[in-house]
Amino acid sequence: MLKILKYSFYDLIRSRWSYVYFLFYLLLGFVLLFLNNDVSKAIITLMNVIIILVPLISTIFGIMYFYNSKEFTELLLAQPIKRSSIFLGQYLGVAGSLTLSLVLGLGIPFVLYGLFKSDAIFDFSLLLVTGAFLTLIFTVLAFNIALSNENKIKGFGYAVLLWLFMAVIYDGLFLMSLIIFKEYPLDAFSLSATMFNPIDLSRTLILLKLDISALLGYTGAVFKKFFGTDQGLFVSMLMLILWTVLPIWRLVYVSKKKDF
Amino acid sequence: MMRYQSLLNFTFLLFVTAHLWAKPIVICESCEIKSISEGIDRAIDFDTLIVKKGTYKEFNILVDKPLTLIGEGYPIIDGEKKGEIMRIVSDGVTIDGFFIINVGTSYTTDYAAIRVVKSENFLIQNVVLEKLFFGIYLEKSNYGKVYHNKIIGDAKDEYNSGNGIQLWYSHHVEVSNNIVQGARDGIYLEFSDNITIDNNKSTNNLRYGLHFMFSDDDVYTNNLFENNGAGVAVMFSKGIIMKGNTFRKNWGTASFGVLLKEINDAEISNNTFEENTIGINIEGSNRINYKGNNFINNGWGIKVLGACYANAFTGNNFLYNSFDISYDSKLNDNVFDGNYWSGYTGYDLDKNGIGDVPYRPVKLFSYIVNKTPEAIVLLRSLFMDIIDFSEKVSPVFTPDNLLDINPLMTKVQ
Amino acid sequence: MIQIEGLQKKFGKNEVLSGLNLTIEKGGVFAILGPNGSGKTTLIKSILGMVVPDKGSISVMGEPIKKNWKYRKEIDYLPQIANFPGNLKVYELIRMIKDLRQSPSDEERLIELFKLEPFLDKKLSTLSGGTKQKVNIVLAFMFDSPLLILDEPTTGLDPASLIHLKNLIREQRDLKKTVLITSHIMQFVAEISDVIVYLLEGNIYFKGSIGELKTKTGQTDLEHAIAAIATAPTHA
Repeated sequence: MLKILKYSFYDLIRSRWSYVYFLFYLLLGFVLLFLNNDVSKAIITLMNVIIILVPLISTIFGIMYFYNSKEFTELLLAQPIKRSSIFLGQYLGVAGSLTLSLVLGLGIPFVLYGLFKSDAIFDFSLLLVTGAFLTLIFTVLAFNIALSNENKIKGFGYAVLLWLFMAVIYDGLFLMSLIIFKEYPLDAFSLSATMFNPIDLSRTLILLKLDISALLGYTGAVFKKFFGTDQGLFVSMLMLILWTVLPIWRLVYVSKKKDF
Repeated sequence: MMRYQSLLNFTFLLFVTAHLWAKPIVICESCEIKSISEGIDRAIDFDTLIVKKGTYKEFNILVDKPLTLIGEGYPIIDGEKKGEIMRIVSDGVTIDGFFIINVGTSYTTDYAAIRVVKSENFLIQNVVLEKLFFGIYLEKSNYGKVYHNKIIGDAKDEYNSGNGIQLWYSHHVEVSNNIVQGARDGIYLEFSDNITIDNNKSTNNLRYGLHFMFSDDDVYTNNLFENNGAGVAVMFSKGIIMKGNTFRKNWGTASFGVLLKEINDAEISNNTFEENTIGINIEGSNRINYKGNNFINNGWGIKVLGACYANAFTGNNFLYNSFDISYDSKLNDNVFDGNYWSGYTGYDLDKNGIGDVPYRPVKLFSYIVNKTPEAIVLLRSLFMDIIDFSEKVSPVFTPDNLLDINPLMTKVQ
Repeated sequence: MIQIEGLQKKFGKNEVLSGLNLTIEKGGVFAILGPNGSGKTTLIKSILGMVVPDKGSISVMGEPIKKNWKYRKEIDYLPQIANFPGNLKVYELIRMIKDLRQSPSDEERLIELFKLEPFLDKKLSTLSGGTKQKVNIVLAFMFDSPLLILDEPTTGLDPASLIHLKNLIREQRDLKKTVLITSHIMQFVAEISDVIVYLLEGNIYFKGSIGELKTKTGQTDLEHAIAAIATAPTHA
């Protein structure tokens, strides 16, 4: 598996898109920090970027890579390599190079700015960790879509739809159900609804850092326990890990049964 | 020590000039006079009592003459939870340098460590209070000073705990440089006018750091209120001036930096509100000037409930609050002008330091959260940003005249 | 070498292989023939483990291949359409496959044979179809595995290369290796194969030497014999 990972990774490192992605983050980091001179503001803007753009780019990149490397995959399938190794290797190659672009692209400007001396270091690391998780999650979701759809156009369509759903539509439906059922106690519902969308989940993690004062203003006991203690952090992290592991498991499972 | 020494010398000088025959009465465990009450009995007006280091198990000490009580090396007065410890019923009493513990707890009587009743020109300073019910209780007493005391309570429930410093029908009192923590209300004022509250630290109190009721023309400056149950409540008062105070980390349901309820004609300037659930909660308060305050990282910078008229918000900094301003109605009669908003995304083409596009500080989302509190978990989601944007373009639910026409491009220093 | 029993595979409703039984003995060149859609490629891919059969079992060198991947060390495969990762260079591809298989190889002789030296530093996406096929051949023949599977190896080759290919196949036969070939070029099949396996509608229709096939169909050349076998309803 490591060999496949290595080849996918090198393949991607040399592709133009990794650089574009990397340079985009680098530029964003520099612009936010050096034109603004305000780390707190930069972190809020970055949060918006991370929870929207990272899933979008990971989804599109993942699905493109999968379809474009069809030949590579077929070449590998005839070689004495385990199927799961082939797909996991490719997946980790893509997710790894995307994560690296993100972490380096944002990390470099922040380090140059003197982040290690600033209090924002924890917020910033949390942002990068969530960004990395979102990359892992949305890349593997894209791989799953691609694996189940031979038709590229269809696959691509589903992938974009997935992003749109997770980023916007889900929250719209969520809010509607909150408003419709507002006579009922909803705090357990709203927390669990958050858990079923990795974007919301990451957002919650960030809210725990940035907006804890507002979150503690709500009366519900479940809320209080979730946001007022370390429970929220643990549960959200756990769910993010589940969101990563389960689709990877499906990827391996489906790839084993698939004909090429 | 030096200060006590010089104070002693000073008092000494005073006595030498006024009552040449008077010598200070010394109280200690091995002295002729072994208890404070006994010392007071023996003293005559304007005497000085010097209490040496030691433990004095006394309560209901009645100071009924103008005396100066000075503790040397912080003598301990242990009330053994039997009731009130010291009661001052005479004008011109000074209490200085005691460590008073174990005030009795009662559901019917408000036992205090030091109670001043219908007296004037008192001075209570350098007193440390622990294990208390009520701390320093001023009852119908005017022209006094409560200075540099430390009150450390261990209040757990509101019903069986008392306030750190309480003023009731007392006027022209100065409360400064005190530290109050772990009481029910840190400092409580009721029907007390012309009070100055300066440079106190009121932290970790069960209910309010400072609680004002029906008290007019009071000034409070440079105080720190941190991590209190519900912050600072200012109710039913007028002519209040609040300057340079810091309100921090008042977290929780219905918790706030300051609650203003039925407050008129006040000035609130150069205060810092940081990391509170609500920075300022305003109910039915009119003609208040908010100027040069910092609202940083609060859940709600300012929450306006009900009818509030003719308030002016100018030159404030609103930095990274989850919601800068929240209204519960479509009506607005308040002015926002020339503030700095970290959420402002406009531009300044003519480079005059003022944004060319007005800023709308009230978001639709804050309106939704008022109606459906659970929706708070959708904070900062793309969906909310989209509907906030559409509301910004054409206000439907939020007051359409609520805008800052001159939003600043840089922070107010 | 290969035992296949009751092999069945459907793609949707389309049954491609229906209970196929086949034994490939060790040593010799086996040509798998059949009209389009008869299941040749599916059969080959099943042996390679790229297609997962619905029913039946396959053993390669006595080992069942289900949930196994190590047996592919013994197989060299030349895919039908030479699709390679486009942004790799030729030498990188060869190096990568070598790295992945970790077995001894003699690619230099083959590169020289097919005159690929000038292309080694080119990206695969820039190569012509014929050149790609040559690279494909190099990759398939450079290892010393007892089983070779060649899916349409002649596609796009110039006559000189075709001769080299035939020589390579004969060489393998002399080394007592097993070679499976599919091809539509009957002349090529006639020249190099020892055994013909004819597939029709997802089953083995005929298996035997070219001589046997000619006798059976009463034709004198292979092309006609094959044409006859496909149309004649006579059963073997």
